[in-house]
Amino acid sequence: MVFARLARVAAAATVAAVALTACGSGGESGGDGGDVTLNVSLFGNFGYQQLYQQYQQEHPNIKIRERTADYNAHHRDLATHLATNSGAADIEAVDTGFIAQMREVGNQFVDLGKDRESEYLPWKWQASLTKDGKQIGYGTDVGGLAICYRRDLFQQAGLPADRDQVSAAWASGWDKYIQLGEQFTRKAPKGTAFFDGGGALYNAVIGQAPVGFYDQDNTIVVKSNPEVREAWNLVVQAIQANLSAKLIESSPEWNNGFAKGQFATIACPAWMMAKIKDQAKAFAGKWDVAAVPGGGGNWGGSYLTVPKQGKHVEEAKKLAAWLTAPEQQSKVFTTAGLLPSIPALYDKPEIAALKDPFFNNAPVGKIFTTAAKELKPQYQGPRAGDIQTTIRDGLSRVEQGKQSSDESWQQTVSDVERLAK
Amino acid sequence: MAINALSSRRAALSRLDSKGSPYLYVLPFFLLFGVFGLFPLIYTGYVSFNDWNLLDGGAHQWVGLANYREMLQDPYFWNSLGNTLSIWVLSTVPQLLAALWIAHLLNHKLRARTSLRMGVLLPNITSIVAVTIVFTQLFGRDFGMVNWLLGLVGAGPIDWQADTWSSHLAISIIVAWRWTGYNALIYLASMQAIPHDMYEAAELDGASSAQQFWRITVPQLRPTIIFTTVISTIGGLQIMAEPLLFAGTSTPTGGSDRQFQTIALFMYEQGFREFRFGYASAIAWTLCLIIAVFAIVNFLLTRRIANEE
Repeated sequence: MVFARLARVAAAATVAAVALTACGSGGESGGDGGDVTLNVSLFGNFGYQQLYQQYQQEHPNIKIRERTADYNAHHRDLATHLATNSGAADIEAVDTGFIAQMREVGNQFVDLGKDRESEYLPWKWQASLTKDGKQIGYGTDVGGLAICYRRDLFQQAGLPADRDQVSAAWASGWDKYIQLGEQFTRKAPKGTAFFDGGGALYNAVIGQAPVGFYDQDNTIVVKSNPEVREAWNLVVQAIQANLSAKLIESSPEWNNGFAKGQFATIACPAWMMAKIKDQAKAFAGKWDVAAVPGGGGNWGGSYLTVPKQGKHVEEAKKLAAWLTAPEQQSKVFTTAGLLPSIPALYDKPEIAALKDPFFNNAPVGKIFTTAAKELKPQYQGPRAGDIQTTIRDGLSRVEQGKQSSDESWQQTVSDVERLAK
Repeated sequence: MAINALSSRRAALSRLDSKGSPYLYVLPFFLLFGVFGLFPLIYTGYVSFNDWNLLDGGAHQWVGLANYREMLQDPYFWNSLGNTLSIWVLSTVPQLLAALWIAHLLNHKLRARTSLRMGVLLPNITSIVAVTIVFTQLFGRDFGMVNWLLGLVGAGPIDWQADTWSSHLAISIIVAWRWTGYNALIYLASMQAIPHDMYEAAELDGASSAQQFWRITVPQLRPTIIFTTVISTIGGLQIMAEPLLFAGTSTPTGGSDRQFQTIALFMYEQGFREFRFGYASAIAWTLCLIIAVFAIVNFLLTRRIANEE
């Protein structure tokens, strides 16, 4: 009797402990019958929804599940999942700002091989190649650069609204962009600034420099590279001329800003078009696209990687290759506006001749492919994404009137040095 | 002989039962605590003595107290400590006073008393993320409702995220909104345990409602007040989700100048953005010590204040 009771208590205790412990390990994806569920983890809109359906129809045993987070959270989660060797999706997107950090831990990713090297823009292919020559990611898109602007606001402020005139007005460089901004501000409708925020503008300006935050040997050159400081001064000049709406890119306030028409221009890599369409639905047809001051440049663009820890590595590799294949990149450009990283597509009529009604029928195909061809690739080091955020915070301090440009620059440089530790 | 042996075996088992069973009954808790509480605590302590990079597949090197030394010289650590204390005071003090007052009101005979009592708990069962996102909208710089209301009375719009004081105030309001009702219910439960004769006697002696509150209710609530203060302190010092989401973009630096970065957020930044696992662990252990010290000081102070009544 007593024995039995003791045994029961012990058993119950053990079961309870085991059951509770087991709760932590989470559910199992996939299932029986050969069905494979592939998780795809992205940030923002990659324009894949229709492609998933097509792929699932062609591969009835595959199910695709997408999850998205915002830019910073996505990359932080990915790094954490790699570090703890669990939790990563079968396919993980990585942005240009973070690809070098992932490249440093390249052994955590599946080597995708050299088969597709000849398809890609050479710098795009190189950027995700590890030191020992393994390819960790298929390029999805490249940023390219243009300026998206509200033609109706330009008209109200008495500026030329025609895209060729606008492009010509600032063709010689950012100084002219600021001059036009000052002109705009004098007559602009109340509550309308010339551009969205210092951080975003900075990314566009530094994106044109041949060397950005890093040397080829992975040393941070933020302090010593004059172009980094020049870009800073330029943006500060624009802030002090009262041209900034002082919004932080991708914040809820920034999203609001589109809907409320708080700014007239925005530095516009091709992927930005999808964001504008999402946020500024009420202004369809009033947006337009002009060439970027100074020509060329790149901001952003992504890769699809396959972490080794996934359960269905082979299937994931196939899906990643398919999603980034020329045919699909071309579709993504026509539906979502993400510029292909496969240059052979640039001369195809369906891309080169693409016009977008949302942007007043601007020839976005021509504008962005031209920008991509003029692009001078810039080397991205391991903490490029975090340095970008640090500089954004520094410019924010100037916008908020908390520090002078010099004070904020000093602090930014020391914060960047902390990142290098 | 055989019977004798059997009965003595029975007696031994019975002794074992009465002595041993209670331990088995509480065993699950201690097993779980060991796995999810004690082990991480000790392991974190071990990690904090190492230079440990999370991304390098856990490559690490013993460095002794170096992480702690660095932390004590790190201006961003002290900045986050200051922010945490400021937000803690701004949220906890008014929150507990308001809870006491609300509990006092709910203790009267009111119409729809049960629904009112349930109602004060509602904020607490809402998701912390949802609450923070909604409040962050309310505190929006350009289109937030708070600034709109301020505009109605002629006060200028405030950039709530930009300044230290305004961001601390806004975050404290989010915290207080969520926890005031919870504390009020705890006070209420405790108030109802106070014998009613005490109030009747006081009333006969002509004591006013306020006098009854300060002379009877508050002293009687002493243990409860200690409990809520300690619990709020522990929660307040660990605050992280509110400042993280309040920033609008999920960067863990707490504003452009770290003006609302709390210790927990600083630890998160070092651990999961810088991937300095050892340094983050040193911060975690320090936070644990700070909380312990605060809990003890709190306990002593509150007991003393209540004793002076």
